[in-house]
Amino acid sequence: MAISINPPISTEAHEAHLSQNKRTRWTRQSLATAFLLVFLVYFLLPFFWLIVSATKTNPDLFTSFGLWFASDFNFFNNLGDLFTHDGGVFLTWVWNTAYYATCGAVGAALIATIAGFAFAKFQFPGRTLVFAIILGSIMVPSTALAIPTYLLLSKIGLINTPLAVILPSLASPFGVFLMRIYAEQAVPDELLDAARVDGAGEMRIFWSVALRILVPGFVTVLLFSFVATWNNYFLPLLVLSDPTYYPLTLGLASWNAQASANGGAQLLFTLVLTGSLVSIIPLIVAFLFLQRYWQGGLTLGSIRS
Amino acid sequence: MQKQRQLEADRSTLAVSTMKQKRVLLRQYRWRQRVVLPYLFLAPFLLLFLLFFILPLGYALGISFYADRLVGGTVFVGSQNYLQAFQDSSFWEGVRRMLLFMVVQVPVMLCLALIFALILDSGVAKLRTLFRLGFFLPYAIPSVVSALLWGYLYSPSFGPFAQIASSLHLPAPGFLTDSGMLASIGNIVTWQWTGYNMIILYAALQAIPPELYEAALVDGATGWKVARYIKIPLIAPALVLTCVFSIIGSLQLFNEPSIMKTLAPDVIGDHYTPNLYAYNLAFNDQQYNYSAAISFTLGAIVFVCSYIFMLVTNRRRLR
Repeated sequence: MAISINPPISTEAHEAHLSQNKRTRWTRQSLATAFLLVFLVYFLLPFFWLIVSATKTNPDLFTSFGLWFASDFNFFNNLGDLFTHDGGVFLTWVWNTAYYATCGAVGAALIATIAGFAFAKFQFPGRTLVFAIILGSIMVPSTALAIPTYLLLSKIGLINTPLAVILPSLASPFGVFLMRIYAEQAVPDELLDAARVDGAGEMRIFWSVALRILVPGFVTVLLFSFVATWNNYFLPLLVLSDPTYYPLTLGLASWNAQASANGGAQLLFTLVLTGSLVSIIPLIVAFLFLQRYWQGGLTLGSIRS
Repeated sequence: MQKQRQLEADRSTLAVSTMKQKRVLLRQYRWRQRVVLPYLFLAPFLLLFLLFFILPLGYALGISFYADRLVGGTVFVGSQNYLQAFQDSSFWEGVRRMLLFMVVQVPVMLCLALIFALILDSGVAKLRTLFRLGFFLPYAIPSVVSALLWGYLYSPSFGPFAQIASSLHLPAPGFLTDSGMLASIGNIVTWQWTGYNMIILYAALQAIPPELYEAALVDGATGWKVARYIKIPLIAPALVLTCVFSIIGSLQLFNEPSIMKTLAPDVIGDHYTPNLYAYNLAFNDQQYNYSAAISFTLGAIVFVCSYIFMLVTNRRRLR
């Protein structure tokens, strides 16, 4: 039985007090929700505009109001134009992007998982120093790296090949950082010791015992690397010159440059917009379905710091 | 009999030698377990790391001490490229612009992110999942595409803002003009990264054990006071992290201005940002050596800025 230190109040006053409370809570709730709603409009407006614009013909893009559909619903024609323009090069770009992002992400995640596991579970000379160097490299401006990487790749003749995009994206210092924290928390030392007593070799322990536990962390790194490679612009811009090797970002930017140079007279503007819409759908789907993983990854990163 | 003795002697020497061998084997085994095995696990990453981080950095540092001369080819010039960079007004114009950008855009973005995170964490608002996902969504799309999108929205000929202005008989807003461009780019970056920073701060807030502020709530502290005196100090490490990443990101801005350049070539010159300048030096003027020196100087500025920031925040936290 709790002892009340409040002076006894009449039920009537009490009820009035309660309803007053309820009313202020209701006001605060709607104020906060309204505040966030305003910003939700801001964050989603460009997406809405993009969807609307992808349904318009090129003349309508200039003449009809930007934030609402024109009378002529042209989305499927735009889509058809998109995939047939310039000999269907857009499809090549989609394929290239998927190929670079998949190879880069699977490789980067696997390599980071193995390295992160070693940092988390082995004591070895040089561990602190090597890890500090890797962490420090996250601070290095990526563009300071891109130009010398280009020069080095051109020395060994890898310029203008898919490998020039895939190989550099395989090294993910942030992935190693994330996997180390994850492995420290997720893989119990007792489990590894038990497997050692049973006579399993360290490689076997990693592949058949630890890796299964590390899967959620692996998926997180996979997702972040996939997005990073999918969205990469600067490195492909430097190392690729043949449009048949372009990823979507580079291809869309090149169409946009052509469209702007021609003053929008061509149908390229609608193609850039429809293409942008098509190119972001896979990422949005990935983020919506893999919420648990990216939120978990950002949680790990923020708590450890 | 003699044979027997010989055999025993042999056996004992054998025993001693196997013991020695065993010890050596054990030492080898330990060494293999302690050193070889971990580095075997690290080998794939370290190899790539050396090839694509250490080697390019070393190479860039190396060539930044050389210069291409019309007469005599590539010659060692020592620190001359760096001295030139220090006197290069094009470079410093870009650095000043990015510092101005950083001082305005980073606080605006992080304040918004913090307010959103606090509101979502306190549970006051409704539709919280919708807000969390909606705010984060811009992060998922390539910065090139977001720059393209906003570039179209800013357009004075068919952008919706210009259309609204003209229907109200107002002049079109000057998003892509000399005076408006930096703010327009700042808006794109804020739009893209606020949600990302919000999620980091929100995750840190969610990790605070509720016991830490339940007592304050019982004592009648308002939500604002709990946020100001309990929650924000506790997530200071996450705030510092988001600040440092934002400082690094804003000083090396490239994608957004390079897309905007196609829309407003008169406004964005070849040295609008230091990174754009380094790129144009390397790929339009073929001045690789000087470009490397510019990149390194920029890297040093980024490092100094983040270091000063961490020093200041650390000292304040220790107080």
